[in-house]
Amino acid sequence: MRISPVVTERIAKTALMLSCAAALAALVFVIGFVLAGGFRNLSWAFLSQPILDMGREGGILPAIVGTLMMVFVAVGIAGPLGVASAIYLAEYTIEGRVTQTIRFGINCLAGVPSIIFGLFGFILFVVMLGFGWSILSGGLSLAAMILPTIIRTAEEALRSVPREYRDVAASLGASRWQVVTRSVLPYALPGILTGIILGIGRSIEETAVVIFTAGSAVQMPHSLFDSARTMSVHFYLLAREGISNEKAYATAAVLICTILVINTTAYVVMNRMMRGKRAS
Amino acid sequence: MDRWISRLLFLAACSSTAVLAAIALFIFKEGVPIMARSGLGHFLFGTTWAPLDGQFGILPFIVGSLAVTAGALALGVPLGVACAFYLAEFAPRQWVGVLKPAIELLAGIPSVVYGFMGVMWLAPLIRNHLGGPGLSILAASCVLAIMILPTIVGVSVDSIQAISRRYKEGALALGATDWQALWRVQWPAARSGILAGVILGMGRAVGETMAVIMVSGNATQIPDSLLDSARTLTANIAIEMGYAVGAHRQALFATGVVLFFFIMILNTIALRVARRRF
Repeated sequence: MRISPVVTERIAKTALMLSCAAALAALVFVIGFVLAGGFRNLSWAFLSQPILDMGREGGILPAIVGTLMMVFVAVGIAGPLGVASAIYLAEYTIEGRVTQTIRFGINCLAGVPSIIFGLFGFILFVVMLGFGWSILSGGLSLAAMILPTIIRTAEEALRSVPREYRDVAASLGASRWQVVTRSVLPYALPGILTGIILGIGRSIEETAVVIFTAGSAVQMPHSLFDSARTMSVHFYLLAREGISNEKAYATAAVLICTILVINTTAYVVMNRMMRGKRAS
Repeated sequence: MDRWISRLLFLAACSSTAVLAAIALFIFKEGVPIMARSGLGHFLFGTTWAPLDGQFGILPFIVGSLAVTAGALALGVPLGVACAFYLAEFAPRQWVGVLKPAIELLAGIPSVVYGFMGVMWLAPLIRNHLGGPGLSILAASCVLAIMILPTIVGVSVDSIQAISRRYKEGALALGATDWQALWRVQWPAARSGILAGVILGMGRAVGETMAVIMVSGNATQIPDSLLDSARTLTANIAIEMGYAVGAHRQALFATGVVLFFFIMILNTIALRVARRRF
């Protein structure tokens, strides 16, 4: 018997919709599972106290500070470098053999697994350059990892700037650098920011890179050369070594909330840019 | 002055390629000697991993990586492509505004959280209903399938939207239903783009470390079934890196070399496939 096209159509559309619903359900479930288990154990004291007894007691303040410092180093290096790369690719060059090689490098770097960045950071920063397990080593390794994200988003943002912006500035006698800094960059700024925010998010989520390059000290870090753990590493150790399920849930809840805030910010900033573009 | 700025920017642009080269250099320098010493064949196809006896055979981990990746693709690709078609073609506008960021958010959730979910919820479920130790290839595949979803959906939506509207309009004008247009016209046209997304997702699955360590059980034998515990290449590195020294550590770097090759091949294929245009 032949099924009529109309019936097939209805079945197919329902199936596709259900797949989407399933993906959404997975997200809601993961977030709900973590928050439900975590909010019970969450308190101001948890956020503001030192890590005691390997995480069985106390809070996660050193992990929060460690995370912030490492993200700061990573973005401080990868941000300017990535934006400069993007400016070169979008404004200063024509597509050719050299750009192709550069692009290939960026795309491949984006696909390199985090554990490889961990090995690389360990051998180069921790061992050869003698930084030891430290925030500096961790931040540098994270910088290498988030570089492609920042470059790609920034380049896309620069390319979305209308031609007229460049032509008008150039016709007024501006040099290429003046064109870029005075008329292109301000317009592309929200897009560039989105890339940087995504880079921050990636750094916060990451565990494999950090654990091999920054170690997992529980003390409050005082300088860039101190070992420290990020919230992800702390959570991983709590969960994997079965130290404390309550503290693990609470840490995961803090992590998830941070990621939610970061992704929402990135989304809002990006949307504002899109709206601006449509208006012009 | 403009020329100097241009040169500086060029140097910055080369940084990614330089980092990639440095990664390859350092990992190869640490890993290749031991591969040469124990023989490439022995290293790749040896079935015994006993670092204390100086036996470094990584076949079980290669099998483990392939198994969890295949499982993740089997579950994640149909789901991801279906989501992509729904988002690109059928979803009402205001829903797209919710669904798309939601699926992107799946990529933002830390892999350790997925691993934790796997341990607390999925593994017991598998143990109680299907048997085996619970921490298994199946559990890892399920977790990875969700993790690679954003990659597959993102690339697929882009490649579906990149098809000229005229293809669909032409099909509809000939009396095709939406589904017929999608299945007979848009799917073939988007296939190579979707394939690129699938290969990128495959790279993600092969490279994922923390979630897999937590849910796959990490036994060093070659697994027999989906419910068996298995260890992947990435897990092998991460588990033993903390205490490995000497030849053992070099063998872990050599595992990294194999992983690196694998990922580079996948990336190159994905870039080639994605460049094919209609």
